[in-house]
Amino acid sequence: MEVRKIKAEQVTEAVARLFMTCNYEIGDDISRALECFSQKEQSPVGKSVLQQLMENNRIAKEEQIPICQDTGMAVLFVEYGDRVIIEDGCFTQAAQEGVRRAYQEGYLRKSVVSDPVIDRVNTGDNSPAVLYTEIVPGDTIRILAGCKGFGSENMSAIKMLAPAAGLEGVRRFVLDTVFAAGPNPCPPMVVGVGIGGTFDKAAQLAKKATFRSIEQPNPDPRYAALERELLQTINTMGFGPAGLGGTTTALGVNVETFPTHIAGMPVAVNICCHAARHGTVVI
Amino acid sequence: MAIKLTLPLQEDAIDTLRAGDSVLLTGHMLTGRDAAHKRLFALLQKGDSLPVDLRGETIYYVGPAPARPGYAVGPAGPTSSYRMDVYTPALLDLGMKGMVGKGIRSPEVIEAIVRNHAVYFAAIGGAAALIARSIKSERVLCYEDLGTEAVRLLEVENFPAVVAVDCRGNNIYASEPPKFRTYQE
Repeated sequence: MEVRKIKAEQVTEAVARLFMTCNYEIGDDISRALECFSQKEQSPVGKSVLQQLMENNRIAKEEQIPICQDTGMAVLFVEYGDRVIIEDGCFTQAAQEGVRRAYQEGYLRKSVVSDPVIDRVNTGDNSPAVLYTEIVPGDTIRILAGCKGFGSENMSAIKMLAPAAGLEGVRRFVLDTVFAAGPNPCPPMVVGVGIGGTFDKAAQLAKKATFRSIEQPNPDPRYAALERELLQTINTMGFGPAGLGGTTTALGVNVETFPTHIAGMPVAVNICCHAARHGTVVI
Repeated sequence: MAIKLTLPLQEDAIDTLRAGDSVLLTGHMLTGRDAAHKRLFALLQKGDSLPVDLRGETIYYVGPAPARPGYAVGPAGPTSSYRMDVYTPALLDLGMKGMVGKGIRSPEVIEAIVRNHAVYFAAIGGAAALIARSIKSERVLCYEDLGTEAVRLLEVENFPAVVAVDCRGNNIYASEPPKFRTYQE
């Protein structure tokens, strides 16, 4: 079996570019959703907020400056082809170095503290990133990454539902979580829902769901219908843009699922703000 | 239309503001968020004096991104205010008059706003690049070791915000969403 050799620097540079671009340029899916919802928004204040967000995103892209000052904690989902060899280093170190480079050279905010409880000293370079690496067959490295702000991250929740709770239980938990979050997570939000797996897997799925385009529904029509229905219901909550009242509380709901145990039905809800920043690179 | 306000806030100006009013702030404000509030509060609890005089001042809950060369300040939108709630009543009782942030406040903070004839403004979360255009300069006043969380002095011109909680305790986060709500909890 033939191996493919690449240099650590290729990984570092690709990751650095990815995080800078993510922070400066909002995805077309979010831009189109802001435009579309601003036409439909019932509140004049809400409409004005959506227009200001579009203007903000235009400035950020044009001037290559961050959309939001919270440039987030870096999260990477990596599909690492088993025939790739980093000839002069280690993948994990090279990827972490890419995050450091992006935040230092890209004028991004350093928002990570070393110890979560006692010391809380800023690491100064936004490292470490949260890195999920899966080994897959192939000779490429595919990185799906995003920068996660914590205004919305803090509003997320997870629950271990009983299988008997069914679709209605999932629906109830998602809506309760979003309603409790209210104006805090910088609405209009993107809601990521992870269902199945284990306690930890559900949370990971929910995060991954927020990294998916909001224009790309779940491939299973039953979950696609759930996504549409949840979005519609969330937009009757009234929080509106910036939480100042209105009919645009969410831009999208993305559901991801995974097989689970006969005894369980974990559900995680990861909330993301309107600055849903993510991107993909293949090395 | 937006009301033009000068910072530091004057008592009579605070009195005329109503929740929901759009305002443009011009003058100076201080910055402070989680870590700085924790330090200031600890000093107050020990009975020590603070490294900055908060009397009459407005604090903006923000941790700016670094400025690119040629910029006065990096993107600087508001952070969630509720995390400062445990510290805020003590700072209001000390004479702080205004806060700029985003999201809901605790009943204790709203009571302290009324008690001290103060005001809470909301800025648009995530509009950091746009908001930064109204910030003309920044200078670290104290706690430089906190990086983005240091206490800064910002000079602002026509900084856009909305009165979220006025000096009578009216609160737009409570009053506005129900007008657009058909959702049953």
